[in-house]
Amino acid sequence: MAEKKIRVLIAKPGLDGHDRGAKVICRALRDAGMEVIYTGLRRTPEEIVNAAIQEDVDVIGLSILSGAHNVLFPKIMNLLMEKEAEDILVLAGGIIPDKDIPKMKKIGIAEIFLPGSSTQDIIQWIEKRLSK
Amino acid sequence: MKKDEDPKKDLESGYQHWKNKRYSNSLRKSSPEKKEFTTISGKEIKELYTLLDLDGFDYQRELGFPGEYPYTRGIHPTMYRAQLWTMRQFSGFGTAEDTNQRYKYLLSHGQTGLSVAFHLPTLMGIDSDHPLAQGEIGKCGVAIDSLADMEILFNGIPLDKITTSMTINPPAAVLWAMYIAVAEKQGISPKVISGTIQNDILKEYIAQKTFIFPPQHSMKLIVDTFEYGAKEVPRWNTISISGYHIREAGSTALQELAFTLRDGIEYVEWTLERGLDVDEFAPRLSFFFNAHNDFFEEVAKFRAARKIWAEVMRERFKAKNPRSLWLRFHTQTSGVSLMAQQPYNNVIRVALQALAAVMGGTQSLHTNSLDETYALPSEEAVTIALRTQQIIAHESGVANTIDPLAGSYFVEKLTQEMVEETKEYFRKIDEMGGMLKAIELGFPQKEIADSAYAYQKAVEKKAKIIVGVNAFQMDHEPIPILHIDEAVPRQQLARLKQVRQTRNNSRAKTSLKDLKKAAEDEQNLMPYILACVKVYATLGEIIDSLKEIYGEYQEPITY
Repeated sequence: MAEKKIRVLIAKPGLDGHDRGAKVICRALRDAGMEVIYTGLRRTPEEIVNAAIQEDVDVIGLSILSGAHNVLFPKIMNLLMEKEAEDILVLAGGIIPDKDIPKMKKIGIAEIFLPGSSTQDIIQWIEKRLSK
Repeated sequence: MKKDEDPKKDLESGYQHWKNKRYSNSLRKSSPEKKEFTTISGKEIKELYTLLDLDGFDYQRELGFPGEYPYTRGIHPTMYRAQLWTMRQFSGFGTAEDTNQRYKYLLSHGQTGLSVAFHLPTLMGIDSDHPLAQGEIGKCGVAIDSLADMEILFNGIPLDKITTSMTINPPAAVLWAMYIAVAEKQGISPKVISGTIQNDILKEYIAQKTFIFPPQHSMKLIVDTFEYGAKEVPRWNTISISGYHIREAGSTALQELAFTLRDGIEYVEWTLERGLDVDEFAPRLSFFFNAHNDFFEEVAKFRAARKIWAEVMRERFKAKNPRSLWLRFHTQTSGVSLMAQQPYNNVIRVALQALAAVMGGTQSLHTNSLDETYALPSEEAVTIALRTQQIIAHESGVANTIDPLAGSYFVEKLTQEMVEETKEYFRKIDEMGGMLKAIELGFPQKEIADSAYAYQKAVEKKAKIIVGVNAFQMDHEPIPILHIDEAVPRQQLARLKQVRQTRNNSRAKTSLKDLKKAAEDEQNLMPYILACVKVYATLGEIIDSLKEIYGEYQEPITY
C-alpha cells in the first residue's frame, strides 16, 4: 500500500492579495507528492482553522505580506488550541520582520520562511518534521 | 573592393566565420560545459548582435524622432534636457498625520510629486472599524476612511502646485472624489488640479487581486471616471494602466508588456462604447511599468511599449490628437527583486533598475528602499532611494542625450522582438474575445503562474543566480526598520467614530440613497460619489451601498 500522502493547507490570512509565493509553494509541494489545498485570498482565522480541520491536514502554511501577522497568527494558534487541533504543524512565510520571529515561534509557529527561501528547503523541512 | 561585391554577404560570411571558428573554438577551450544565456524572463540571448539582426531596419519606421511617430525614442522632443522625470516616491503609513509629515519631509528634500500608499482596508473599500481591518490599520499604507482623513493628509500642501498619484483601484472614484473635495476646500478648482488615480481593475483580476465588484460593474465605474474627468477634471490622468503588479506576480517582461497594453485596448473599447470620442479621453490614459533586473530587456520593453501604443491608437482606434498616441508612463523598481539576505545589496539592484527606466524614457520614477522585504521603508532608507535617482539624474550623465541606447544592434533587435511578440499575444487575446473574456478563462493568470514557477525552479537549480541567496551567502546583522506606532489603530478608530458622531447623519444617509438609485439607473456615479464624500459618508458606507447593487466578485481558486 502506498504511503499516506502529506496533506497541506496553504492559507492566505490578511487583506493583501500577494499570492505569488503561496501559489509557487502550492505547486512545489504538489510536485513533491503532497496533497495541497489552497484557501484563496483573505481568509479569516476561523475560516482557515475550520478548513484545516475539515480537510484533516498535517500542515498549515500561512502566507502573509500585509503586516497583520502579529494580530492574525495568535488568533489562528488560539483557535487551533480551542479546537484541539494543535497537533497540526504550522509554518509561515511572507514579509515578517526579524524582531517578530521569536514572538511567532513562542505562540507555536514551528518555522518562518522569509523571502528567498527555497521550496526544496521547505519540502525537506516538512518531511523531516513529520517523520519524527 | 570590386563594385559588384555585396557588403551584406561579406558581413554574413564574416560573422559565420567568426562564430564557427573563433568564438566556438575559444568557448570550447575555456568553458566546455554548455551554459545557457537567457534574460531573467527566460528569453535566449545570442552571443553577438550585428547589423545582420536588423535586416530591413528602416530608421523612420522603427524609431522616428523624439516627439514624433512612432515615438520609440520618446514622447517629448526634448525629453530630459527640458525636464527631468518626476521623482515620485510611493509613500503612506499610519494615520493621515504620520503620512502628511513624511510628505512634507520628502518635498523638502527634492521630491517633485506625491504618491499615496493607502492601507489595505482602504484599498478594499472597508472602514477601519470593519472586523477584517483588524491588524491592518495603517500597516501597508495610510488609513483613510473619510474626507476628514484626506483633509489632514494634504494639510499645508497646495494641491495646485504639486501633482499626486493615488494607488487605488476598485474604490478609486471615491478617493478621487475626496481629493477633489479637499482641493475645493483649499479654494482650488478641479480644472487645475493634476495627478493620477491607478483605477486599473483588469490587472487586479489578473495579478494584484484587490477587487470588489464583478468585472462588468467595475468597468462601468472606470468609464464613469473617464467621462467625468474629460469634462470636469481635465488635467487628471484617470487611469494608470499597470504592468507593475503583473510583473511582480511573476510574469516575464514580454507578458507584462503584452497584458498591460491589451488591458489598455480593453479600456478604450469600453469607453468608445459609452459614446466618447477617442481623442476626448485617450490623452488622459497613462501607464505604469516595472523596472526589473535584466537591464537591456527592460530598456527594450519601454521603447517597444511606446511604439506599439502609438500604432494601436492610430491604426486600431483612428486617434488623431498626437497626445492620444503618447504612452506616458511611471516606473517603479521591482519589489520582488529585493532580497532579505544582505539587504544593503538592494541599493545596487535598485540603482541598476532605475537606470533602465531612465534609459527607457520614463516620465516618473519610484525607487524602492533597501528595507522593503522587511517593512515599509524607514526615513533613512527612503532617502537613499531618492538620492539614487538624483545621482542618476545629476552625476551619471545619462540624461544628457535622448534615448542613448538607440542604434545598438542588441537593443534594437530586442525592441523589435518585443513588438512582434506582443502583437502575437494581442492576436491570441482578440481571438478569445478580448481581455475580460481572457481573464474569465484564466488565461493571463495561468501564463503568469507558469512563468513564476519556472523562474523559481531556475533559481533553485542555480540556472539563475541571486547574489546572497543561492550564491555568495553570508550572515548579516538585522537592519533598522520602520515600526508602525501601536497607537495608530486607536487614533484612527477614534477619528472615525468622531466623524460618524459629528456629521449630519441624515444628509449622509440621503446621499447614499441617491447613490444607490443612480447605480440602479446606470447613471454616471461621479457626481453622486462626490456628494457622499462631501457630507462625510465614509468609504466603507459608499462601497457597501454599491455592493448592494453590484454584488461582489468571487475569484476562482486555482494555482
